[in-house]
Amino acid sequence: MQEKANIKGWGFIGPGLLWTVAFFAIPLLIMAAYSLFQRVGGRIVTDLSLNNYLAFFSKPHHLNALVNSIEVTLLTTVISILLAYPLAYILAYRVPPRWQRIALMMAILPFWTSYVVRSYSWLLVLSNNGVISNVMQWLGIVDGPISLANSRAATVLGFVHFFTMLLTLTIFANLVQISPNYRMAAADLGASRWQAFWRITLPLSIPGVMVGAFLTIVLALGDYITPQILGGFREVLLPQAIMLQIQRQADFPMASAMSLVLMAVISIIFLLFSRWLKIERM
Amino acid sequence: MQKVKWNILTKALIVLATAVCGLMLADNPVLAAGQELNVLTWCDHTDPDLLRAFEQKHNVRINMKEYDGTGVALALLEQSQPGDWDVFVVDSIDVKRVAKLGLLAPLNEKDFPWDDIFPEIRTPQLHNIDGKLYAVPEKFGYNTIAYNNKNTDPADMRDAAVLWNPKYKGRIAIYDYYIPVIEMVAIGLGINPADLNKSHLPAIKEKLFKMKEMSALVGDVVQVQTALATGEVDIIAGGGEFSVSVLHKENPALDWVLPNQGGVRWQQAIGVFAASKKKDLALKFVQYILSPEGQGRLATSSCYWAMPANSKATLTAEQKKILRWDEQPKFLANSYFYLQPDEDFDKAMLDVWTQMLQH
Repeated sequence: MQEKANIKGWGFIGPGLLWTVAFFAIPLLIMAAYSLFQRVGGRIVTDLSLNNYLAFFSKPHHLNALVNSIEVTLLTTVISILLAYPLAYILAYRVPPRWQRIALMMAILPFWTSYVVRSYSWLLVLSNNGVISNVMQWLGIVDGPISLANSRAATVLGFVHFFTMLLTLTIFANLVQISPNYRMAAADLGASRWQAFWRITLPLSIPGVMVGAFLTIVLALGDYITPQILGGFREVLLPQAIMLQIQRQADFPMASAMSLVLMAVISIIFLLFSRWLKIERM
Repeated sequence: MQKVKWNILTKALIVLATAVCGLMLADNPVLAAGQELNVLTWCDHTDPDLLRAFEQKHNVRINMKEYDGTGVALALLEQSQPGDWDVFVVDSIDVKRVAKLGLLAPLNEKDFPWDDIFPEIRTPQLHNIDGKLYAVPEKFGYNTIAYNNKNTDPADMRDAAVLWNPKYKGRIAIYDYYIPVIEMVAIGLGINPADLNKSHLPAIKEKLFKMKEMSALVGDVVQVQTALATGEVDIIAGGGEFSVSVLHKENPALDWVLPNQGGVRWQQAIGVFAASKKKDLALKFVQYILSPEGQGRLATSSCYWAMPANSKATLTAEQKKILRWDEQPKFLANSYFYLQPDEDFDKAMLDVWTQMLQH
């Protein structure tokens, strides 16, 4: 009987497991192996060494790319949380249930557009002939055209536009699961609205914030498109540094080593967040 | 009653879908021919106007796979089976490397109109190994200076040092390709690009840092093109006919020129894969591309314009003007090929470039 249950269990997890092994574990192992190879004379030489990792950590411009990526990601995450939390709160507790669906639909509208198209649209909005520059000139705030594009701020703005909505969804999903009885009990015991929020709603919604924040960090840290289009190479982020190795030199071993460094950073972040990552609450 | 309505609707949809599929297939040459030619290429060969005449004449469908660098193309080939590909459009400077990997079939020189090809472009030193031809030059252009002639002084653009001229601070976009831009800086510093070596890198780095401080952005072709077209910048360092000619109709102020000190010349070639199972058809396609008709269409491809290798290419006077046809003898004599650095120097150049991007 137990054996039958075991077979049934494998039958359920088998396809998912197979998928993960085929499309995650094996490619990851191949990438790890490549990171130990070398590119010599335009060919990949399979002599194992740590040269690519040593090259990465010995070159300040590569380390700067990693630092820039982490800074931009943290900035994006903090701003997105600050914008998403109030929005999710209003959606969950202030918007009547019949309007919630429409409001949520509005929230996910940015996901319907192509990522590349959205980034280029921002580029046009932020350029010196764009809407912002023209409005600021019209209001007399600036004398001539100003460009906000091609900067770290533009990259962060592009990210925030996307990730605020993602965070709104995860926080909203968490907030609506918190029983209103907790807040009512707090009120009965004399807590003010602010105290109820601070002592009850906020701590209980942390898993939603953390899941959204983790997704934001993972996606922003590995993103190439947004900094490439909106950043104008005012600085290099790690995914861009990886692409330089691939596109310009076909140095797949070096690119693999850099990608694994990026993955190691993401793994560390996952471990830091794991305490709060309760996906089943979503 | 409701069920009947649904049945009618379903049948109508099936009939409509069949009709649409039929129309699509009727317009598809491969249906009749059952033949396909697979081409690994830069984006300029994907223009339907270029392919249509050949497809109709030979009753064949041409499948194009775009790539944006020889390294990427070689990676694609590594993942393919022998015989998957028939025709390869590749940078002239990489022809020997690709041929030495055994990927290209030798060609017969007599099959091509060499007398019509610009003498400077024939370059057997790039396309031949041990006297055997492996690819034919088909198109060329320059990594130089593209600009908006209404917002800049065209006379300034004739000087390579315009790239670090404070007059244009904040109005320059740098094309993100380190080899031609480093060569352009070398030209501006009075260094012959052919003599470039590691000892020149500190001086080049200093100028690159200066350029970065003065630039509005560094970006790929689409980004720098967009920046010039929208007025975000007025100059593209590393741009050329390939970045502005296609926009000339919309904005005639967008122009390009080779500085008096010279510029960097790129050149692409076309060859047949050694493992192709349709070598005869592939050869016919190469010959079509080299014909005056094919060359005219390739030169003015919707992806990017550039000079045809064949001097008899079918082009209008206006198109020739945009390509600065009359100045070509001077430009050809005053331009340098892309560097072919050894691995060590290549890595050193990319390091300098990445430092500039971080600056």
